[in-house]
This record gives sequence, C-alpha cells and structure tokens, in this order.
Amino acid sequence: MLHTFVALVQDKPGVLTRVASLFRRLNINIVSLTVGESERPDTSRMTIVCEAPDNAAHRIKASLYKLETTVHVDELNRSEAVIRELCLIKVQVGPDSPHGLQSRSQVFELAQVFRARVVDLAPESIMLEMTGSASKIEGLIQVLGESNYSILEVSRTGRMAMRRGHHTSRVLKALGNPTSLPLAHFPTLDPDALNEDEILPNEFDEA
Amino acid sequence: MANNQHPQLTGAEILWASLAGEGTTTVFGYPGGAILPIYDALRKFPTIHHVLVRHEQGASHMADGYARASGRVGVCMATSGPGATNLVTGLATAMLDSIPMIAITGQVSSKVLGSDAFQEVDITGITLPITKHNFLVTRAEDIAPAIREAFQIARSGRPGPVLIDITKDAQQATATYDFETAAPPVYRPHPMLHKQLHANSPSIKQALELILDAKKPVILAGHGIVESGAEKEVIAFAEALQIPIASTLLGLGAIPAAHPLQLGMMGMHGESWVNNAIQQADLLLAFGMRFDDRVTGNLASYSPNSQKIHIEIDPSEINKNVRVDVSLIGDLKQVLNILLPQLGAPSSPTAPSSAKVGSHDASPWLAEINKSKGTAAVRDIINLPDNGHLYAAHVIHDIWREAQAAGRLENTIIVTDVGQHQMWEAQYFKHESPRSLVTSGGLGTMGFALPAAIGAKAAQPHKDVWVIAGDGGFQMTASELSTIQQEGLAINIAVINNGFLGMVRQWQETFYDKNYSASPILSPDFVMLAAAHGIAGAHVSQRADVTPTVTQARTSGKPFLINFQVEKEDGVYPMITPGAALHEMVRRPVHDPLLETAEDE
Repeated sequence: MLHTFVALVQDKPGVLTRVASLFRRLNINIVSLTVGESERPDTSRMTIVCEAPDNAAHRIKASLYKLETTVHVDELNRSEAVIRELCLIKVQVGPDSPHGLQSRSQVFELAQVFRARVVDLAPESIMLEMTGSASKIEGLIQVLGESNYSILEVSRTGRMAMRRGHHTSRVLKALGNPTSLPLAHFPTLDPDALNEDEILPNEFDEA
Repeated sequence: MANNQHPQLTGAEILWASLAGEGTTTVFGYPGGAILPIYDALRKFPTIHHVLVRHEQGASHMADGYARASGRVGVCMATSGPGATNLVTGLATAMLDSIPMIAITGQVSSKVLGSDAFQEVDITGITLPITKHNFLVTRAEDIAPAIREAFQIARSGRPGPVLIDITKDAQQATATYDFETAAPPVYRPHPMLHKQLHANSPSIKQALELILDAKKPVILAGHGIVESGAEKEVIAFAEALQIPIASTLLGLGAIPAAHPLQLGMMGMHGESWVNNAIQQADLLLAFGMRFDDRVTGNLASYSPNSQKIHIEIDPSEINKNVRVDVSLIGDLKQVLNILLPQLGAPSSPTAPSSAKVGSHDASPWLAEINKSKGTAAVRDIINLPDNGHLYAAHVIHDIWREAQAAGRLENTIIVTDVGQHQMWEAQYFKHESPRSLVTSGGLGTMGFALPAAIGAKAAQPHKDVWVIAGDGGFQMTASELSTIQQEGLAINIAVINNGFLGMVRQWQETFYDKNYSASPILSPDFVMLAAAHGIAGAHVSQRADVTPTVTQARTSGKPFLINFQVEKEDGVYPMITPGAALHEMVRRPVHDPLLETAEDE
C-alpha cells in the first residue's frame, strides 16, 4: 500500500541522500518525494510517498527518526490530511490545429473545468498549471489525450501533504525553536513519544 | 591547550584538543597526504598515544576492540581515498554490533572537493549506510562541534560508529577553540521511546501480568545488557522469579556462565537444551537483543507457544523479525528498575517461597530443562580419551582451564575471529564477566581477531588477552603482528589450524555434497611468521602439550603465538540448518568417522 510521511528535517547538505538512502536500504520504493523550505529556519519539510507493506509504517518511521538530521516525522495514512500535487502540462495546440479554430478555446474550457491555469501561450503550444489530488491531474491528462491533443511534456511535483486541523501547530509549539527553547525539554515535550497507554501497533496483524 | 583564553588553534590542533577533551587517550591510525596536518600536530598532545597500524582496516578493528573491551569510545583515523575506504569493513562491523566508535578521515581540500582529486573519495557517501551518522567538515571552526557531537551520537541510545571527514584546508586553517561552547545540545532520545515509563504504565502492568503468570519463562540475554550496564538488574530479575537465562553470542559474559540460572548460548550452534527451552517456553523475555536470524532459526516455528516481551532501546527493532506481545522501549537498566520492585516476594508459581537461588529443582520448569540436558551435557568430544587427535574444543577448553587455574578468569579477554573456532570458543570457554569476549557477531568479519585484540589490550593492559583465530582469518590481518611487536603488547595468539576454511568446509560437507571448493587453504608456518616479527611461538599437535604451552604463553609477559594443528575435518555441533526450526538440531554424528579412526586403526 502507499504510505505518506511528512518529515521535518534539518536543512543541511546531504539530508536528502540520507533519507533516500534509508528507503533504498530498506528495499522500499519511493513513489514521490518533495522537499522545500518550511516555516522554521534551517528546516525543510519533506513529503515522502512510498510503496511498502501495510505493516511497515512503524518501522519506517522509527528508522527515519534514527537519522540524526530528522526533527519530526508524521505518518498520514490514517489521518485527515490535505494532499496536493502541482503539475505542468505542455499541450501541442496552435490557433487552428489540431481541431480547427476551436482548438485553443477547447483547451481553455478543459482547463477551466479542471481549475487549471494557462501559464504560457506559444504559437504551437499551451502550458497548463494545475494543483490538485493525483487523480484530478490524471483526469485532465486523460481527457486531453482522449480529445486527441498530444501532450508534449508533463512535469509533476509528487504529493505534498499537510494534516488538517491544529495538529501541526501543536507539534511545532511542542518542538519550539531549537535555539530559543532549552533542548533538555525535548524528551517530555516530544509529541511523538508514545503515550503511557499506547501500545505499539502490531505490524504483524494483517489488515 | 584548552584554557579560558579561547586560544586560536589550527584545525588539526582543535581536533586533538577536542579528542583529548572527550577523554581519548589512544588513537589507532595511519598517516597519509590529506591527514598530514593532523599528524604534524600530534606531538603537541602528549596525553594521546597513537598506535601506528599496518592497514587501516586494522585501525578500525582496534578502535572497535578497544570499545568492546572497555566500554569507552574507540578512535581510529586514516587519510583520504584508500585510507578511508580501508576503514569500511571495520565501520560496518561496529555498526552491526552497535559499538561506539569514532573514525576520522582526512579529505582533499574543500576547493577541489568533487573534482576527482588525487586520493579523493566520497567517504561520507560510502559510509552512509554503515555509520550511525557521519560528518563532512570543511571549516576549522566546525571541527570541535562535530567531534563533540560525534562522541555524543556514538555513545548515546543504541551506540554505533560515527565518521568525521575533515578537509585538509580545514585542518590547516585556524579558529578560536572553546571546548565548552562546542558542546552539542542535550541529547534527544529517539522520539518514539515510551514516554516516561513508570510503575503504573499500562504496558508495564501488562508485562508484569505476563511475567507473573508464566510457567515456563526464559530470558534472552543480549548485548544490550552490557551496553546498558544492566548485568546486576538482569540477574536480580532472574533470581527473583527463578527464570532461566539463554544468551546470544554477544550476550555471553553478561551473566556469569557459572550462574545456576545461566543455561548457555542459544541459536544456530547453541546448546540443545537452551534451544529446546526457548521452543517450549510460554514466555520469552528479550532483553537487549534483536532476534537475529542466527538465533531464531525458522521464524515460522520460532517458540510457537510463548508470549513475548521485548525490552529494547531501538524502536525500529520492535516487531522486525518476531512479533512481540509487549514492547517496553527504553534503556534496559531503567526499564528493569521499574519492573524489579513490582516483582514482589518470590511467591509466584514459578518461584515457591522456599526456592533458593542456585537450587535447580526450584521449579518444575527448571527441572524440565535440566532433565532435557540428558546426555547432551556430557560433551563427547571433551570427555573423549586422548586418541592421538587434537580437537579445537580441547584447545579452547584448556585455555579456559588455564585462566581458571591461574585465577585470571575475570581478567582474561578472549578475542575471536569468525568461523568454527568462534563457535567452539562460545561453547567451551565459560565467560564469567562482561566484556570478556570480543567477537564480530552481526557482520561476521574474518580478520577481526588480531587487530581487535590489539585494541582490547591497549584498553585493558592488565588483562590477559588471547586471540583465538582460524588459519584462514588470521592470514587476513596477520600484518598486524608487526603492530603488536612495535607496541610491545603481551598478546597471546592461538591459531586453530585445520588447513581449511573450516566453517565453509562444514557447510560444503553438509549442503554441497562435500564439494570442497576453494576451502582447503595453504598457510605459512605461523611460528616462523611470528619469529620473523620477533614474536616467540610454538607448534602444538598433541593434546598433552596444550596446557604447558598455554601456560608458557600466558606467563611469558610477551606476545606469544601457538599454532595448534588440529583435526582437519571436525564440525561444530549442534547445528541448525538454515530454514530449520530451532529445535531441529543436527547433533554430532554418533558414529563420527573422526572419532572412530583411532580405535579402528
């Protein structure tokens, strides 16, 4: 099954390699991985989507935490989250081809339906930008194909995810700012520590 | 050097000052172009002794052996390129066995990084999966913080090796040195550790319930006991409820072999009664061990009727190989100290109040295990009258008896290589104290013994250190004999010489129709080889000569090598074949042609 992890990592050279190398070592295929700056200084947020056995989530998370550069890991499999992907699509379309004079306006219509934006208009091509769930993006690509437009280029970012509600802010409040908050407080404040009444999910229980 | 004036030092000086500040007194290394500034600064730090090795792999195993024998962080260093890649096997060995170790490598100047400069190699990339963490340092002011953080990482939580790659320009540049401000932030434990386990935690309660209900409990004693320093707690725990203890290879010595509740080693070459007890148990208490495939046999049939409690510091080990019922994630000593007061008076079903420690009849379970020893406990090979053959088991048994007779058992460290002799050592040498066995368990690194023994002797100069190595593995790192002589270390070396890569031969005998492909090995005359290094030695091929020669070696006060010419085609038994269940042991053949030969003739 697909697992989605959101990891807050120190923004240092080689961090991406460490994370990627971990998945390689565990023989788990990464479906997508996005990295970018986060709201905290010197910290990046990654969204990692991987294909792994149902019961592997706990071990992946525990292993991610073993990387010294990992600040926080959230697993979004069972939680309410907003998951988005950004996609750029270049379609071969001119003023009167491939479907005559309607060619461009038909693409504009499709873009409107899918809430995509036209970001570049060239004599023989149009570039569309859209954000949405993976299925929505695939939907647009499929419709363009079925309408006999040829797609010249597709570039997708892979999924980005964020938990709904207050969860994240609570996490950040607990984590504090590493420079301002005494780090000695980490053990008790860590939102990810198992609660007393929490028994580890048993990975061998088949769903 | 480090005073309150915060002196300006070169990167090289900062490195040594930081190492000294972290308590390092011995460094194993080999110089080269990219680390020359560091070696140049060495003379300014007289508290640090540098051991020049003959191959960087030796340096990494020495740092490893140093750490295993003492519990302190071992330090090794090498130059860039080939020097750094030669450390790789030693780092992987330490990683697999969770050994706290620091490796420092020189690197080409930061200005030419990535240009395939002479002796440039991406060692942080290479060692990513075999270190707990690694650093690339390109500025002098980053050296002290990197070293201090590396020490913290190496010895915290589940220990492991850390590599620091320092560019030559960082070694040559100057920076302000202040040991105190270079300190890393307070160590953050793995976030998935149980949040403050305490007496009333549900998982503790659940564990206690299982423990007090168990009729057939077994403690699986692993390396984590030693790393946590929980030997006393484990013994108190076992004694309180009269729970028998089975040890892993790296757990040997944590619980004295002579302790009445200590059953012996489990696993592929473990004792039959130990494996049988695990298979029949109704509760397994896994203390600081990781259910390695060499101790479980076939997972599908592993201890099928038992509940399992896993006390472990690394959350990624929980439910990795074996499904457990209760996991207590934390430092073993701390967790046991929560459990111990709640075990109460020994009035549980497993421990009648009349039970006394040391009484094997204290419970039906102990009696059952004891009974299952049967004839297996009577070691045919040890009890065999002298038939003119010398067996490795006799050699190891006699080395043990020598240490015991001299009252040096607690002051003897055995460092083994990997293979048959390693298993015989584990079976026949009775380890009574922690850190008395240094052996490569997880990675199974041949060539480990000789260099690791140098590290062990450097860490514990007053202890007797024995190398027990096979003729194959010994030749992998035999060049370190020269290091022994250079350092004047009184290390005793027992080469168990059977003319074969013995374990390979045994597998070929068992699984490959005795097709001894590439397993017979020609060796030099090891005694002459030792003599070439100025090291005394002797050949032994008669059983009667074993003890006198071992005594001579031990009391010589100098390095001494004994070449034991042992039976060529002996096997390690019992043995669990891969894929078989833990109780499906292959026993020593009753009609062992080896044992019959003498009588037949």
